[in-house]
Amino acid sequence: MKDEVDNREERVANLKGMGCARKRVEDVRFTQGKGNYVDDIKLPGMLHGDFVRSPYAHARVKSINIDAAMALDGVVAVLTAKDLEPLSLHWMPTLAGDKQMVLADGKVLFQGQEVAFVVARDRYVAADAVELVEVDYEELPVLIDPFEAIKSDTVLREDLEDGADGAHGPRRHHNHIFLWEEGDKAATEEVIDSAEVVAEEMVYYHRTHPCPLETCGAVASMDKVNGKLTLYGTFQAPHVVRTVASLLSGIEEHNIRVVSPDIGGGFGNKVGVYPGYVCSIVASIVTGQPVKWVEDRMENLMATAFARDYWMKGKISATKGGKITGLHCHVTADHGAFDACADPTKYPAGFFHICTGSYDIPVAYVGVDGVYTNKAPGGVAYRCSFRVTEAAYFIERMIEVLAMELNMDAAELRRINFIRKDQFPYQSALGWEYDSGDYHTAWDKALSSVGYDDLRREQAERVEAFKRGETRKLMGVGLSFFTEIVGAGPVKNCDILGMGMFDSCEIRIHPTGSAIARLGTISQGQGHATTFAQILATETGIPADSITIEEGDTDTAPYGLGTYGSRSTPVAGAATALAGRKIRAKAQMIAAYLLEVHDDDVEFDVDRFVLKGAPERFKTMKEIAYAAYNQAIPGIEPGLEAVSYYDPPNMTYPFGAYVCVMDVDVDTGTTDIRQFYALDDCGTRINPMVIEGQVHGGLTEALAIAMGQEIAYDDLGNCKTGTLMDFFIPTAWETPNYVTDHTETPSPHHPIGAKGVGESPNVGGVPAFSNAVHDAFRAFGLRQAHMPHDHWRIWKIANDLGLHD
Amino acid sequence: MPDKMHVKLTVNGQDAEFLAEPRELLIYALRERLNLTGPHVGCETSHCGACTVIVNGKSVKSCTMFVGQANGTEVTTIEGLGSPDALHVLQETFREHHGLQCGFCTPGMITRAHKLLEENPNPTEEEVRFGMAGNLCRCTGYQNIVKSILAAAAQMNASKEAAE
Ligand code: FES
Ligand code: FES
Repeated sequence: MKDEVDNREERVANLKGMGCARKRVEDVRFTQGKGNYVDDIKLPGMLHGDFVRSPYAHARVKSINIDAAMALDGVVAVLTAKDLEPLSLHWMPTLAGDKQMVLADGKVLFQGQEVAFVVARDRYVAADAVELVEVDYEELPVLIDPFEAIKSDTVLREDLEDGADGAHGPRRHHNHIFLWEEGDKAATEEVIDSAEVVAEEMVYYHRTHPCPLETCGAVASMDKVNGKLTLYGTFQAPHVVRTVASLLSGIEEHNIRVVSPDIGGGFGNKVGVYPGYVCSIVASIVTGQPVKWVEDRMENLMATAFARDYWMKGKISATKGGKITGLHCHVTADHGAFDACADPTKYPAGFFHICTGSYDIPVAYVGVDGVYTNKAPGGVAYRCSFRVTEAAYFIERMIEVLAMELNMDAAELRRINFIRKDQFPYQSALGWEYDSGDYHTAWDKALSSVGYDDLRREQAERVEAFKRGETRKLMGVGLSFFTEIVGAGPVKNCDILGMGMFDSCEIRIHPTGSAIARLGTISQGQGHATTFAQILATETGIPADSITIEEGDTDTAPYGLGTYGSRSTPVAGAATALAGRKIRAKAQMIAAYLLEVHDDDVEFDVDRFVLKGAPERFKTMKEIAYAAYNQAIPGIEPGLEAVSYYDPPNMTYPFGAYVCVMDVDVDTGTTDIRQFYALDDCGTRINPMVIEGQVHGGLTEALAIAMGQEIAYDDLGNCKTGTLMDFFIPTAWETPNYVTDHTETPSPHHPIGAKGVGESPNVGGVPAFSNAVHDAFRAFGLRQAHMPHDHWRIWKIANDLGLHD
Repeated sequence: MPDKMHVKLTVNGQDAEFLAEPRELLIYALRERLNLTGPHVGCETSHCGACTVIVNGKSVKSCTMFVGQANGTEVTTIEGLGSPDALHVLQETFREHHGLQCGFCTPGMITRAHKLLEENPNPTEEEVRFGMAGNLCRCTGYQNIVKSILAAAAQMNASKEAAE
């Protein structure tokens, strides 16, 4: 007995609770090839769907002839808008309050748009039949440039009533979607007009794509006997998909089961609802057989959810000493053919107004104009909270430009403008309440870790050597200090299609003291089955290894809004902790009863309740669980279960300091990342191993975006980057090693103080890489060069600066 | 429709025989006919390596090989590398060093790494990075994949030495 009391350390270790680098439980099946992804699903009698897609970016669809396709052996059906119209499914609502064609209704608005859906015996027959569908198009003028689109006579969206308001207020032109504003415009302009120093720049964050390794797909199975629809798919928000599927199809929600199986990466790509999902459902209803649709890589890059495409015109003002006095930003946001951005309803530009960043800026204004063009719809948060990465890139570029204007060191400029520790909770000029932070400490740690002063000395010497003709390589020190805003979000101001952005956890403790917990979120590689069990282990005293975590099946999991925007830990993680505390509260009563003392006389200790002052008298959680089911305890219901729905009081604000040191070859435009240091503060750390993995991965996605990845179009609207040959994804060869570090400033309003981390490295990484490129050329006067900084573009910078002469 | 051909191969030591159109890709034959869903499809254009298997002793992206071309060959997939009771060293080190996240690239990664270590049992970090450059991962940033492979090499060499 005594031993059991004394071995506290061992008992803590046994739990594998919060803070330990627990190995992932998911890995056992993944490493053996036993994952279960959507394309692995095989149902009896399953048919395959495939799309006929538009080769044109803007054209009228004059006729569609399906006869030859239908005549092919093995083809079961070919659906067009005409077939969907009686069901009112030829259009569908988007998450942004707009609507989108499911199948081309009279015209097509981007290359790759879905025109007809072929259903056949297998994927080969379906692909053959796609070739046999004859579509007669009449080409229309194509609008690729948003600045041109907003002036053009060409009407893209003929379905929208001219002059009528959109979902976000007045539209001032037929290709205009909304103007969204925040902050005090007049006051900001006044400050900037009378400022001692003003820097002005157009910062473009190009169009790119989340491109998870697994593309999007679904298997729909309508059981006509029982009237039940089962839908498996790559859904980052399965519960929302169920609700939307019910609203669209008229099938009652209890008759729909949505399952997200294992997901091969999401990064925002799998938040939206795509025509493929709708067509699979309809096809299954029509044929009475299960229908699978899995897009190929080209379809994924061309037609599903792009990210970014923000033209950000900024003005930042400061005193001569470098104290920032105001920030003004106007964004022209290219939303493509339909406004299908995945943002909380109230925020058509997401949380872009976090663009005052980590700085104490007294007055600011943001205006965002959304514009239609002949490009694919989307605008998802590619590994970031809604539009936060655009905001972080914008402010971190403006700071660098201002530093040039002031002829000041950019690290110092940041330091004198950081929000101070004693200012938290901090009210930003654009309306956010930052929960906690200690920016100066993080910055100092980062700069001293990389030997900042030495780097600057080396850089200055390099410039001199370059000027003397001794080297053709310049050196850039890329700085980035970012503040994220994640964990959407408080139901009072965050909803998607009217559904509040809470999340949930439900726990059942089994009689023998193991447990199952289900959440409203869904892992796409983040390791929820590992980390959420750690939270529960600490909260309930049941070892993580004895807790199964289940997500993604709407028939069993509690309702939740899913996983994106780094919201799992801030929202579902909180629900998990609170559900665990409910378990503990009941366990306390049971323990007290078993020990024959008052509830208040016992206290929780790692994995048990002990009698206060007499720790040798205790009841373990195992014993308590058994008693909960097997002993009649007066006044206490049998069983040990809890459920918690968590509506966060505020967002969380993770932050970090990144430094990238890069050599740039002036003649070839190639770069060599010599060093990358990433300090992240995500509040309480649940599993350091998983955090580090998230940082490595996010930084590599940032590397891709900053250095080469883009979705590009030619003037006719042809997508030029539809394969992995053209769309840059770094290999192991191009990716550097990263050094990770941390500080820990818990969130004051989160039950366990955790803030979320998965997206920070992408938000902070892009400016670090890009600033390194810019910084290499700072001595030669480069102010702004648009991403991606591929070899050609870097060569062009050098050439434009006359460095090849 | 093109004529079907009679295909015979050995997969993970077991004979497989079926009729298929010669244009069918090996990856689909493995996944859909033989239910070996370990290798995945990430691109179908031989860029991502998610479909990597071993054909007659060589790493092959099975989305780039027609089943007709694979006729008569010996194929190994992730399912043939280890078993639940006897994991392959790489299967262990990938878990140990957090060399995977979503797991979609993992079967291809491990299958390729297995071959790489056969060809070069003592690789440097640079050689691992170069030898794995045909396999894309969107989640991990490769750092821990490289670590996992180097750890596996060290472990395999140590047990070889112990056996000698
Ligand atoms: S699917 Fe074969 S290389 Fe990508
Ligand atoms: S672990 Fe997700 S692609 Fe590699």
